[in-house]
Amino acid sequence: MLSASDLRKGLKILMDGAPYIITKFDFSKPGKGQSLYKCRLQHMINGNSTERTFRSNDKFEKAPLEERAMQYLYSQGDEFHFMDNNTYEQLFLTRDQIGENVNYMVDNMDVAVLFFNETPIDITLPIFVNLTVTKADPWAKGDTSGTDTKPVTVETGYILQVPPFIEEGEKIQIDTRTGDYMTRVKE
Amino acid sequence: MISSQRLKQRVAIIRAVRVFFEERDYLEIDTPLRLPVLAPEVWIEPEISGDYFLQTSPELCMKRLLAAGHSRLFQICHCFRKGERGKLHLPEFAMLEWYRIGIDYQDLMAECEDLVKSLILECDSGPLFPGLADRISLEVPFERLTVGAAFGRYAKCSVAEALAADRYEEVLVEQVEPNLGVGRPTFLYDYPAPLASLARLKKDEPTVAERFELYIDTIELANGFSELIDPVEQRQRFEKDRNLILAAGRQPGPMPEKFLTALQDMPEAAGIALGLDRLVMVLTGAESIDEVVGCSPNEL
Repeated sequence: MLSASDLRKGLKILMDGAPYIITKFDFSKPGKGQSLYKCRLQHMINGNSTERTFRSNDKFEKAPLEERAMQYLYSQGDEFHFMDNNTYEQLFLTRDQIGENVNYMVDNMDVAVLFFNETPIDITLPIFVNLTVTKADPWAKGDTSGTDTKPVTVETGYILQVPPFIEEGEKIQIDTRTGDYMTRVKE
Repeated sequence: MISSQRLKQRVAIIRAVRVFFEERDYLEIDTPLRLPVLAPEVWIEPEISGDYFLQTSPELCMKRLLAAGHSRLFQICHCFRKGERGKLHLPEFAMLEWYRIGIDYQDLMAECEDLVKSLILECDSGPLFPGLADRISLEVPFERLTVGAAFGRYAKCSVAEALAADRYEEVLVEQVEPNLGVGRPTFLYDYPAPLASLARLKKDEPTVAERFELYIDTIELANGFSELIDPVEQRQRFEKDRNLILAAGRQPGPMPEKFLTALQDMPEAAGIALGLDRLVMVLTGAESIDEVVGCSPNEL
């Protein structure tokens, strides 16, 4: 069991039978009174946020969450299929569960799948992924229009801003936390 | 780590605090940080230090010195309160406490206002505190508001209703405090009797205690009161608090017997504890208590 003094930003707790992550945390304690732990919590399955104020004597359970190493296999319609690296069991998550991760996912990519009570609820990608540029306007050398970046499309269909020297067919590294271009990958 | 500017500001404030009290014939003392006995506090958990505790406040030692015949005392020291950590809380923090015999909480509010204004005047004269006097005016008297009136003005329920529903702290924090000390500092005073462990009750209105707190920019800075000097009533309150500690699942420390004995000789007095780090925060405009201390817990 956890107590109120364990609460902090990023902690995942079980509340009303569902997993919640604390996204904002404020400690307050009016003069000689009870401590109050004001939390903003996000439901880890449906994404809804809620606010709750806890007190010193409140007790909590950690959300029963487990991460497993898996490989992304393929997508079919709105279903994204994965295989457990240890057991070779297969399962799928929906497009809603995958969210913006879809921008960076290519077949055979290693990911971590998050389970709540044996149900897959979310995935975590590697922080950096290398993707091939499939569409880019050519770099007009001597272009003096003053723009530092140009939009390109990568193999997943994701469009992002990159330096003008990036050309079609090249690989670039993208930070999956921000979706930003990091560097050109030489092979 | 604390910035060079903030460190200079902190030093200037503490120096001005000492000047203020020395000019008023207060003696600066220091009492032990490790104590075998503390005042039982329902919502303050002490840190254990061997067979002793680290002090949560120097209150009992300072009052024993009053009982021994000293009349004006101040102390700048560290206090320790387990698990208190936030934008305004450190588990180890600097406290300024002062006690004076022959005055009550109204006189002490006036002296506290004098202190804050004299610090502003002193700090504003140098280049270290740009714009300070624009933020806290020296011309305007501090606001004085009873707890009852503050709930009436800002809360959706009365103090009595909040206490009955065991929601006093929530209502205070969420509805009342965001309005306190805004524009000018506020003294919140006349606290419900159950919320005072060591304060005297009002003679003509025994449902409230002669206790006050100072707020600047919504931040609670100080807690002061007319001291309870009746050892019998003090023992009853300690017993009640020790039972509440037990009910909360903690083990209360021993009864402060030597303090209760000394209380028989203590003259009428008023005393106040002021969070020195928070005072530095409001005078420097810092956003968090971490910005005004030498090393914050995250940096250790």
